[in-house]
Amino acid sequence: MPVEFRHVTKRYAGDLDAPAAVEDLSLTVPAGQTCVLVGPSGCGKTTTLKMVNRLVEPTSGQILIDGVDVARHDPVKLRRGIGYVIQQIGLFPHLTIGGNVAVVPELLGWHAARCRERADELLALVGLDPATYRARYPHELSGGERQRVGVARALAADPPVMLMDEPFGAVDPVVRERLQNEFLRLQADLAKTVLFVTHDIDEAIKLGDRVAVMDVGGRLAQYATPSELLTSPTSEFVARFVGADRGLKRLSLRRVGELPLAMPPVARVGDEAGPARARTLADPFPYLLLLDGLGRPVGWLDRDRIPTEGLLEERLAVPMSPLLEPETTLRDALSMLLAAEVQAGLVVDPRGAMVGMVTADQIGATLRAEGGRTAEGRRPAAAGGTR
Amino acid sequence: MSPGDPLLRWDWFPGHLDEIAFRLAQHVAFTVVAVAVGFGIAFVLALLAIRWRALYGPITAVAGVLYAIPSVALFFLFIGITGLSFLTAEIALVGYTLLILVRNIVAGVDGVAAEVREAAEGMGYGRWRRLWRVELPIALPVIIAGLRVATVSTIGLVAVTALLGRDQGGLGVFIVEGRERFFATPLVVGAVLSVALAIAADGLFVFAQRLVTPWARGQGS
Ligand SMILES: Nc1ncnc2c1ncn2[C@@H]1O[C@H](COP(=O)(O)OP(=O)(O)OP(=O)(O)O)[C@@H](O)[C@H]1O
Ligand SMILES: [Mg+2]
Repeated sequence: MPVEFRHVTKRYAGDLDAPAAVEDLSLTVPAGQTCVLVGPSGCGKTTTLKMVNRLVEPTSGQILIDGVDVARHDPVKLRRGIGYVIQQIGLFPHLTIGGNVAVVPELLGWHAARCRERADELLALVGLDPATYRARYPHELSGGERQRVGVARALAADPPVMLMDEPFGAVDPVVRERLQNEFLRLQADLAKTVLFVTHDIDEAIKLGDRVAVMDVGGRLAQYATPSELLTSPTSEFVARFVGADRGLKRLSLRRVGELPLAMPPVARVGDEAGPARARTLADPFPYLLLLDGLGRPVGWLDRDRIPTEGLLEERLAVPMSPLLEPETTLRDALSMLLAAEVQAGLVVDPRGAMVGMVTADQIGATLRAEGGRTAEGRRPAAAGGTR
Repeated sequence: MSPGDPLLRWDWFPGHLDEIAFRLAQHVAFTVVAVAVGFGIAFVLALLAIRWRALYGPITAVAGVLYAIPSVALFFLFIGITGLSFLTAEIALVGYTLLILVRNIVAGVDGVAAEVREAAEGMGYGRWRRLWRVELPIALPVIIAGLRVATVSTIGLVAVTALLGRDQGGLGVFIVEGRERFFATPLVVGAVLSVALAIAADGLFVFAQRLVTPWARGQGS
């Protein structure tokens, strides 16, 4: 279902001279796409979201979901049909995790058994084992786990439209990166129409099909695809907001999974050391990667330290490389490699099994190729002075 | 109560076991009725105050006056209206519970985190459903804390109603009797049993709270 804003303005004070929280906003989010609203604090992102489910009424203008003005719906019923993840998560402390996730299905009058089933399904979907988590209370969860429950709760009744207000705001960068990747995997399957708020431009570029950059005073500065935003910001404000390192940021448009992944020599714990050593010595890559029984990386062995006989043991391996997911952006991958001071990162699937290897050289080559293209790309005159 | 008399004369007990049981039961009954009726009234008042904030001030002001009048004065004030009766005692007792209960119910609901409230609204809870299913359940620990204080102070006040005659007063009757007859034993029995009753009632609430709010355990707040 598409969501359309038509000349929407919101002033909180009745005072007409007061600066608007949202000023004459017009934009359309196509069905099944993710639109990320990004902008400095106080620019009206939350207000924009809340007007969609009528927690806030616009001063003027219309918002249409699937062509129907939201003002024509009963607000309470409207909200049950729109997934909502609020900025501060807001789980109900008195309900278990299962109960929290099943809140909207219960409001919709589903049978108790079906509600429970659905809650389990969604916990699994967001990567929380239902058996472990369903009976716990929110205060027994970590911040990242709570964020996932917040997302599961919003998805519970399978709403076609999702409003997500900084859903990954309260977690550390590593967990946020994982949650973002999970979001991308989910969205690839579910294809909801998503309005996603963040004030992190990198998150916007990574997650958005389209990005709406908003300026203070609630004005839409630019609405474009991430790559357009990086190559041709239409104003100095956008150029500055996107940042001076636009070339580097273009790495955020590319994902690890898109690169031709290399494979180092590998062996499993418990394999014969001799043949593994021979294979590694014959390979141009000077290290052997040890995997566990489930194919998950354990660590590296320097080719000269591989025993000539006996079995390969876990304690021989040195875990060093950061673990990446196919959805990790090249930019995040590069910064993880730099932080770990290593040359190669290991790409794993959601179960943690080894998929392939990405090297800093590969990313550098992509950056050079992209950089060449950026230089040819159109640049607004105004953006020149921001370097 | 001349010096040299023992504090407890054990030979007093065998002849008075029935009366002790009767007065204990009476004490419990007066307390239960006062707290239950008080809670019912306070609950309605609190809902009004939550819905129409402007009413909160006047409601607590009236309840505050009831609370501030010395108990004996309040009892005797009502004698003029309702006589030396069960009703007089209960009216005064109920009046005493209102302030604490209204304040705790409102404070409990006010204490619900803004984001929880907003999440509930955003997911499609109507106003009353949100109050019943989200705000009041979350307010339970604070509400129960109010009930604890109200119950313990009511148990103390029931004893004072013995001044209104032997039809009420519960264990307080022993205290009044002991004083009138300068005889320590019933006085001590009355006092000790009321304290024990208060402690037991308090413990019961703590237990009940653990039962109905398992989520609040170890939450640290
Ligand atoms: N209920 C309200 N009453 C009055 N003014 C409000 C209200 N809510 C928001 N505002 C004002 O409207 C403007 C936009 O607020 P909004 O919450 O939409 O910003 P935001 O972009 O979500 O900011 P942040 O990134 O900090 O969450 C701000 O100036 C804010 O002070
Ligand atoms: Mg906000």
